[in-house]
Amino acid sequence: MVWNSVETTRREALALASIFGFAALLAPKISFADEQTVAAEIKKLYADKKFDGGKIKLDVPEIAENGAVVPIGITSNIPKTESIAILVEKNPNMLAAVFDVPAGTDPSLSTRIKMGQSSNVYALVKADGKYFVASKEIKVTLGGCGG
Amino acid sequence: MPDPSRIRANVVGDSTEVKVLMNHEMETGQRKDAQGKVIPAWFIQDVTATWNGKTVLSAQWGPAVAKNPFLSFKFKGGAKGDKVVITWVDNRGEKRTDEATIA
Repeated sequence: MVWNSVETTRREALALASIFGFAALLAPKISFADEQTVAAEIKKLYADKKFDGGKIKLDVPEIAENGAVVPIGITSNIPKTESIAILVEKNPNMLAAVFDVPAGTDPSLSTRIKMGQSSNVYALVKADGKYFVASKEIKVTLGGCGG
Repeated sequence: MPDPSRIRANVVGDSTEVKVLMNHEMETGQRKDAQGKVIPAWFIQDVTATWNGKTVLSAQWGPAVAKNPFLSFKFKGGAKGDKVVITWVDNRGEKRTDEATIA
C-alpha cells in the first residue's frame, strides 16, 4: 500500500491525538482533513478538556476478514448522547463517520466501514457537553483466511 | 441518477428500527487505476433521516465508510404507515432521496 510514506507523521499526530483526545472531531465544522491538521485542531481546541471512561459498548469483530467491509456497532449508555463518531487509528483519514443523535433517537447504531490494516477503532461520544471515548482493536486479515 | 437506497423500517416495541442500504461506490481517493493514476475520491458526505418531517438522525461521513453503505438505527415513536425518508449527498453534490413506509 502507499500509506507507508506517511507512517511517521501519522504516529506523531496520533500521539498528540491520544493525549488531547479526539474531541475536536466532533466540533461542528468537521473536515476530513489529514491527521496533522486534525491533531493540530485538537490541540488548539480541546487541550484543556477532561475525558472520562464512559459506558460505551463497541460491538466490533475481533478479526475482520475483509478490511473493505468491517461491521461496527456502537451503543452509548450515557444519558443525553448528542453525537457519536467512529475513528480508525491507522486509516489515512482517521475519522470515518460522525452521527448526530437528536433526542428521541436511540444512541445505538451500526454501520460498515473500511480499514486499511489492523488498528484500534475508537468510538467517541459527546453527551451533555462532555466527551467519552471507547476503543477496541480490530485485526484485519487481508488474505481473508481468518488468521 | 444514482441507484435507489433500500430502506426497511419496522416497529419494535415503542421504537422504530430503520435499516438502510445505500448504493454508492464510496471511492476513497487512495486507490490507483491500472495506469497508476489516482482514482478521485467519491463518497457520501451527508446523510439525513427524517420521520414526519423531524430529523431522527444525521451523519457526516468520510471515505472510510464501506462501499454500498449500511446504516441501522432506532428512534422512539413511529407508527405503521408513517414514512421514513433518507437523503444523502455525496462529495460531487449528487443527491438521492428515498422513502419507506414503516411496517
